Amino acid sequence: MPTLRIPAPLRSYTNGQSEVTVNGQTVEEALQDLLKKYPTLKPHLYNSNGGLRPFVNLFLGENNIKDLQGLGTPLKEEDRLLLIPSIAGGSEA
Amino acid sequence: MQTVVETQLQLSNPAAASLEAAVGNTPLLRLQRVTSRLSAKVQVLAKAEWFNPSGSVKDRPALNILRAAICDGGLAQGRRLLDSTSGNMGIAYATFGAAMGIPVTLALPANASPERIAILRALGAEIVLTDPSEGSDGALRVARRMAQEQPERYFYANQYDNPANWQAHYFGTGPEIVGQTQGKVTHFVAGLGTSGTLIGVGRYLRQYHPSIQLIAVQPDSPFHGLEGLKHIPSAIQPGIFDPDLSDRTIAVSTEAAYEMTRRLAREEGLFVGISSGAAAAAALQVAQELDEGVVVTIFPDAGYKYLSDKELWE
Ligand SMILES: Cc1ncc(COP(=O)(O)O)c(C=O)c1O
Repeated sequence: MPTLRIPAPLRSYTNGQSEVTVNGQTVEEALQDLLKKYPTLKPHLYNSNGGLRPFVNLFLGENNIKDLQGLGTPLKEEDRLLLIPSIAGGSEA
Repeated sequence: MQTVVETQLQLSNPAAASLEAAVGNTPLLRLQRVTSRLSAKVQVLAKAEWFNPSGSVKDRPALNILRAAICDGGLAQGRRLLDSTSGNMGIAYATFGAAMGIPVTLALPANASPERIAILRALGAEIVLTDPSEGSDGALRVARRMAQEQPERYFYANQYDNPANWQAHYFGTGPEIVGQTQGKVTHFVAGLGTSGTLIGVGRYLRQYHPSIQLIAVQPDSPFHGLEGLKHIPSAIQPGIFDPDLSDRTIAVSTEAAYEMTRRLAREEGLFVGISSGAAAAAALQVAQELDEGVVVTIFPDAGYKYLSDKELWE
């Protein structure tokens, strides 16, 4: 299953876990699974319209998913997703 | 044929022509249009800190920390200045380090914007990129460890705990604000990063007039996009921070700061960074509650370093 790396400021919402294994064929499904496990994360990642908050970035390897297929980016079993705030749109993961 | 005679330009005051002399004494700008719904007797003013030579408010503490370290021998024997930073402090250290011949090493989270990393490289700083998942506290821990392991190589500037940080504002920014408002400032609003700005200016203003209100600005969540600002309750507490100094803390969401950053560009012609948007949003909230007053805030930097953040400007 893919793993999601949780940034330090959000670990108080994941029982201190820095990595969470998630189910999902796409980034969107992986995030939904993460929220099912840790529902209190939701307002930190999503806005009230259901979109990702503007500073939330997900990196698959070196690539921001915004430069891949966005939330529809497919995930493989061994993939590792990094969740990090864009300190100002940073793209060097 | 005419001969060209080379002459040496004679400066009447060589010290005044230095980069160091250009730090501080920044303009205090009055917000004109985003304030249209306020009482006519309320003014909102911002210190335009991008007028500093390296482009941010951080020139003030960086220069003061460097000077203090030179005076007390911290930078003797060719030691390198080492600190953790999310960008602006690093750019300020690298700028004055280059000008003074002091080598600089910086630990910064790898998700710092590519513009910042490129500027630091251009200025010749040595950069240690730290785990982006650990944020600015991760960079701080890396710098602390490097300093412990190689005390002969590094002078650890430690902006979070170094009193020369807030003192730069106590002796500089604070008196400038009193002078530029002819002493009429009633409220001071500043974002918290290391807290140097709020603590230094705040202490000066409190002594000048105890009734001046001090307002701290923080991200509304530990996970945020407000570059330069810290969510203090969930972060490593800066040693220079004094939680009892301010009268009030206003939490600003990244979305509200983005929105205000765009308005400042489009309605005021002020192309500033995200933390300026956060400061303006909080300053306007304070101003809205007043019948009269002079609200002063700090705009730490300009918008150039945030251009890669496409969603900010859309
Ligand atoms: C863009 C920006 N805004 C605000 C701040 C906060 O200033 P201070 O560290 O004095 O609290 C910083 C400091 O890093 C900054 O870089």
